[in-house]
Amino acid sequence: MIQSRHRKGAHSVEHVAGNGLLHRRALLGRGVMLAGAMGAGTAGSLTGAAAEALVDKPWSNEVGDVIAAYQTPSKFEKDVVRTVDNPKNEPRNSRARTPHHLLKGIVTPNGLHFTICHGGVPEIDPAQHKLVIHGMVERPLVFDLESLERYPMVSRIGFVECGGNSAPLFSNEPIQANVQALHGLASCAEWTGVLLSTLLDEAGVDPKAKWLIAEGADSPRLSRSVPLAKAMDDAMVAMYQNGERIQPGQGYPMRLWLPGYEGNMNVKYLRRVQVTDQPALTMYEARTYAQILPDGKAYRFYFLQEVKSFISSPSHGLKLKEPGIYEITGVAYAGTGRIAKVMVSADGGKSWADAALQEPRLPKAFTRFRMPWRWDGGPAILQSRAWDEAGNMQPTREQFVAQRGQTTRPPSVLGFPSQHFNSITSWAVDAKGEVRHVYA
Amino acid sequence: MSMRKYAIAAGCVAVAVGAGAARAEGPNLGKPITPAELAPWDINVFPDGTNLPPGSGKAAEGAKVYAEKCATCHGDKGQGGVAGLLIGGPPRATLDGGKTIANFWPAATTLFDFIRRAMPYTAPRSLTDQEVYALTAYLLAANKLIGENDEINAKTLPQVKMPNRDNFIVRFPDRI
Repeated sequence: MIQSRHRKGAHSVEHVAGNGLLHRRALLGRGVMLAGAMGAGTAGSLTGAAAEALVDKPWSNEVGDVIAAYQTPSKFEKDVVRTVDNPKNEPRNSRARTPHHLLKGIVTPNGLHFTICHGGVPEIDPAQHKLVIHGMVERPLVFDLESLERYPMVSRIGFVECGGNSAPLFSNEPIQANVQALHGLASCAEWTGVLLSTLLDEAGVDPKAKWLIAEGADSPRLSRSVPLAKAMDDAMVAMYQNGERIQPGQGYPMRLWLPGYEGNMNVKYLRRVQVTDQPALTMYEARTYAQILPDGKAYRFYFLQEVKSFISSPSHGLKLKEPGIYEITGVAYAGTGRIAKVMVSADGGKSWADAALQEPRLPKAFTRFRMPWRWDGGPAILQSRAWDEAGNMQPTREQFVAQRGQTTRPPSVLGFPSQHFNSITSWAVDAKGEVRHVYA
Repeated sequence: MSMRKYAIAAGCVAVAVGAGAARAEGPNLGKPITPAELAPWDINVFPDGTNLPPGSGKAAEGAKVYAEKCATCHGDKGQGGVAGLLIGGPPRATLDGGKTIANFWPAATTLFDFIRRAMPYTAPRSLTDQEVYALTAYLLAANKLIGENDEINAKTLPQVKMPNRDNFIVRFPDRI
């Protein structure tokens, strides 16, 4: 009786777009069986295959381990790690990428938040760290961590994304790499700290000032120019990440956090803020993150991470076991504010349907989207497309490269240009259920 | 500040952050710092030459410093190695790569600022200002942006005309 009711529920789900996309209503309590099958990440079995008799496993019959003071994931999760591209700490940049294909939700666990360092990860004694505010201010001031702990703090969930995240899609041929390699330089966390405006007000900013130059305490003393308008809007001196002190890879003991702005501007190990009337044209803004355009010009002061989404599962390198029901899911985000809408296609963009947006849907943060899909065993091309609240639409790759260009030969994944890229990503599913990166 | 006032200030922050225009009142615990105390960190250099230190250098001196402290990573002729190319390169930068000092960097002051704050990679801040000026002169001369015997100092560096300086567009001018 129960089984037949579930079966009826699953079959009555309506198709909303081509190649098996189902109405998002299917996600909302339309039967335990459907939800359970998707949660397990396997095809929903509607055949009623016989189950085995249940047995008690050893862990149910013996005392478990001692509780750890600081717990780490189960040993069975050992493959859920970042990919590290400079394991010998050679004299060049080091990057660690977030494994989006293995994560759900909107908050990136601290151990899996992406990291880029330009001189290794510094080991900073928080008791000796100082933050200076000077330049066009009435009172140049120096703060330590102990005093900042007494300031009014705010907490806010938001993403940080490298300005060059997704740039492998500039390649003229689709690089055969997974979502971690292509989009792993973006993560989302709850940041807690003191608003920079609080500290700037204490120093007394000269009304003629327009910029600030933020500098880190790492070995390259990484510095970036930030418009004072952003500093006074929502910039934070962040000291906590998902409730605990910021990770060394994120800027321990404090970083500048500029919600929605290019990752490199979110200066880690923040030690100095000079208030000025002009930008400094630091190396990273004058060269690295200046964006080359096909006509030979280049964008400077890009600042904003524009509206983007990508499907994290199914995605390149994963395999669908058998035809049946799956959940297509991923994240969408925009430096302008909230995500307004995400649409998903299973036929390479011929037809689209609204994905369900998981609450909370926060400004300048990851928004999780979900879409039920019945894979019939044939070829499919999965895509997602997001809109922000300001009405900006994520472009197709064809539209994007028509304006911004592409490479003439595939770069290595590590050799991609450090430039903003936010078009649609396409994952092709073949008859074997194998998923790979394509342009469509 | 009384706890009550503190709580009210914090409450205002919580409301106002959502509106994007928050101002919290802090406990005023910043300590005054004098220019002399700040000086070792006060290293930002600006395109108009603001904050360039005294001193000067020429390409010949810079070549010696380069051979000793830079060539290991950047190549004996600046052709690149573990670290990026510094001399020569393609005439134009494209998405395939090739942003060079000669074809891309908009301001010569950026060279001085970056070398002084970040280089050599394994021993940043170990160069004297004189050596940084000399290295800057060497790289500019090797890229044929100044003459071999030109002196680089606080006055001449911002006057170096970088070929690509006028090819930049501010992406979102309304955000400045």
